[in-house]
Amino acid sequence: MILPGNTSCQGCPISLAMRCLDEIENPVLVIPAGCSTVVAGLHPNSAMKIPVIHVPFASTNAVACGVKEAYKRAGVKANVIAWIGDGAADIGFATLSASATRKDDIITVVVDNEAYMNTGTQASLSTFWKAKTSTSPAGKADERRDLALIMIAHKADYVATATVGYIEDLRRKFRKASQIEGFRFIQIHCPCPPGWRFPSEKTIEIARKAVMSGAWALFEFYDRKLRFSGIGKKFAEKDNRISLAEYLKAQGRFEHLRDEDILAIEKAIDEEWEILKRFSGE
Amino acid sequence: MWNLQGNVQAESHRNGSRVRKLLTSNEAVAEAVKIAKPDVISAYPITPQSPIVESLAKMIAKGELDASFVRVESEHSAMAVIHGAATAGARVFTATSSHGLAYMFEMCWWIAGSRLPAVMAVATRSIGAPWNIHGDHTDIVQLRDAGWIIGMAENAQEAFDMTLQAFCVSEEVNIPFAVGLDAFTMSHTAEVVEIWEPEIPPRRQAYKVLPSDNFAVNAVTMGKARMKARYDLAVDLENSAKVIEKTDKDFGNHGGLVENYRLDDADFAVVMMGGWCGDAKDAIDMLRQEGFKIGLLRIRFLRPFPKKAVKELGCEVLVVDKANSDLRGVLGIEVSSCGVEAKNVVAGIGGVDVGVEDLCRIFKDFMNGKLEMEWYL
Amino acid sequence: MDLEPIISRMKLGAAGETGTWRNYRPVINKELCNKCKTCFSYCPEGVISEEIEIDYRFCKGCGICKEMCRQKAIEMVQE
Repeated sequence: MILPGNTSCQGCPISLAMRCLDEIENPVLVIPAGCSTVVAGLHPNSAMKIPVIHVPFASTNAVACGVKEAYKRAGVKANVIAWIGDGAADIGFATLSASATRKDDIITVVVDNEAYMNTGTQASLSTFWKAKTSTSPAGKADERRDLALIMIAHKADYVATATVGYIEDLRRKFRKASQIEGFRFIQIHCPCPPGWRFPSEKTIEIARKAVMSGAWALFEFYDRKLRFSGIGKKFAEKDNRISLAEYLKAQGRFEHLRDEDILAIEKAIDEEWEILKRFSGE
Repeated sequence: MWNLQGNVQAESHRNGSRVRKLLTSNEAVAEAVKIAKPDVISAYPITPQSPIVESLAKMIAKGELDASFVRVESEHSAMAVIHGAATAGARVFTATSSHGLAYMFEMCWWIAGSRLPAVMAVATRSIGAPWNIHGDHTDIVQLRDAGWIIGMAENAQEAFDMTLQAFCVSEEVNIPFAVGLDAFTMSHTAEVVEIWEPEIPPRRQAYKVLPSDNFAVNAVTMGKARMKARYDLAVDLENSAKVIEKTDKDFGNHGGLVENYRLDDADFAVVMMGGWCGDAKDAIDMLRQEGFKIGLLRIRFLRPFPKKAVKELGCEVLVVDKANSDLRGVLGIEVSSCGVEAKNVVAGIGGVDVGVEDLCRIFKDFMNGKLEMEWYL
Repeated sequence: MDLEPIISRMKLGAAGETGTWRNYRPVINKELCNKCKTCFSYCPEGVISEEIEIDYRFCKGCGICKEMCRQKAIEMVQE
């Protein structure tokens, strides 16, 4: 759904995720400010094979809702997609929450690269524990917000986490979202070479290490039940995981971490898994 | 009796004749919106606008109006919803006021820049701080640079007529249209309004986005594209005056961009806009009886601004404002930008009561060359 | 109304011939390649066809294909 020769950086996970949009029937993209805006094409060119409505940062889900309402009244079949980054999820959080609560019949995709990359890697609410960004040069001291869990709390019709590291799993989740009606939410883990400071060929390897170390959980929520999905099932068991250090040390944004920092992060991750397991009943 | 009346009304509507109803301006706007048959309405409540969208929600619930009503968490999202719906080809409406307009300001620029037809009612109210829910024009004047058509009604009849006209004009020129009506003195004050159902042409717009398309709207521009878009909008906004004037006779014959009141032989002209122009007319009638040759140029549209009518005044001019920029009133700045040297009084901010007697005093001081105060406190 | 300032049209190479960004060129050893299509699936730019041909006009040389190839059939060669 995205054409070659676009503006994405080398090894860009967003461009890869956009390729997978061919799994979704009759897509219409609504994209706010962020890397995706640029990747989708600079005027007068569009890099996308599908219609794109570029919108202000905080407005995406509300615009997508309006587009869908108009289509419904005109009898036009479409999967309207609010394609946002973690930045737009921050600034448009109230809008996203209202959209989920109304059960807007749209798909929300968050390409989560864990910082405001398009403005130069400033920390977002999704930024990983202790990660260096240009606004947290000594490492981020705040929590990492779990957007997908918050969406589950909205009783969304479909919630999934995915990663560019396992593309077939991502494609399956797009397909599934495409076939369900109601509010659908997919958060895609998107390791960013320039923002996380690793070589461009390592995007997939780092995405996979995130899953294998337990730093990124893969799950789906539908029919009111949370399920660990695909390869993610295996890493729900801590014994199966690789060491967290192996994931973190591959990235420049964690170069400053001491052993006790890694232990503290591991503790935070373990606590998150506890919550997820309680949700899943596993 | 009630049923019978209802049937008679329905019948007379079909004949294109008029029915008199006692309505506030808020209700009059809602009646007009119902007649225009929007597809999508979205709004967030704010005093004193709320009764407009409450009325519309009720009409939809009763089945009198077939439209989607999207409840949102903020005005920013209200404008975003109608932005999206308009992009996909729907006729859209929202309403707001004061802080609500401030909160949706970003989206106001986007819907105008996207050249999407849309209609918004603004029950004009003061913006804080400090908190104040009463009427003035400090909210709506902020829309001046965003690329909207901005009308200011004087009474409930005009609020009704202008709202209907707004759909026609907006959809012909691809520019969003704000209908201003003063908080409380209009929004909550009932007057007799003649309701009729003019033909509103089906939705027209320069483009819409469908799933079968493969173009993008509003991608990041480089070079001159943004400036060209801004220039085109400015030119088309200017030219919308012709469409407003052309359609004026179909929507109440209120005079187009301005209303001239007793100006023909006037030595003194007052320039004002909004609901208190009714009081200004009473004041002028009283002063005329005392022999003063004074008249009113009522600004019906802040955008496109009636530069020609202001330039042609040819007498001594006083502008009385309900909104200020610095010490000067906003309308005062607009009038002086036309090369007209005018006295300027700022009054009624935050709902401070300015009645006929106050206006008589201000007008008299002006005509006697004794006008000293810039702010009528 | 002139819509050109706000409308952008679909274009292959929306950012030009991005192959010029490349410092290293992926070269496929056809003898080692078993056409598993992993490189096709994971190429962020979508420049590898299902027949495993690389469109060098647009390939940015990120090296993901080389990393993903289980057959070690792709080599990155300096331009």
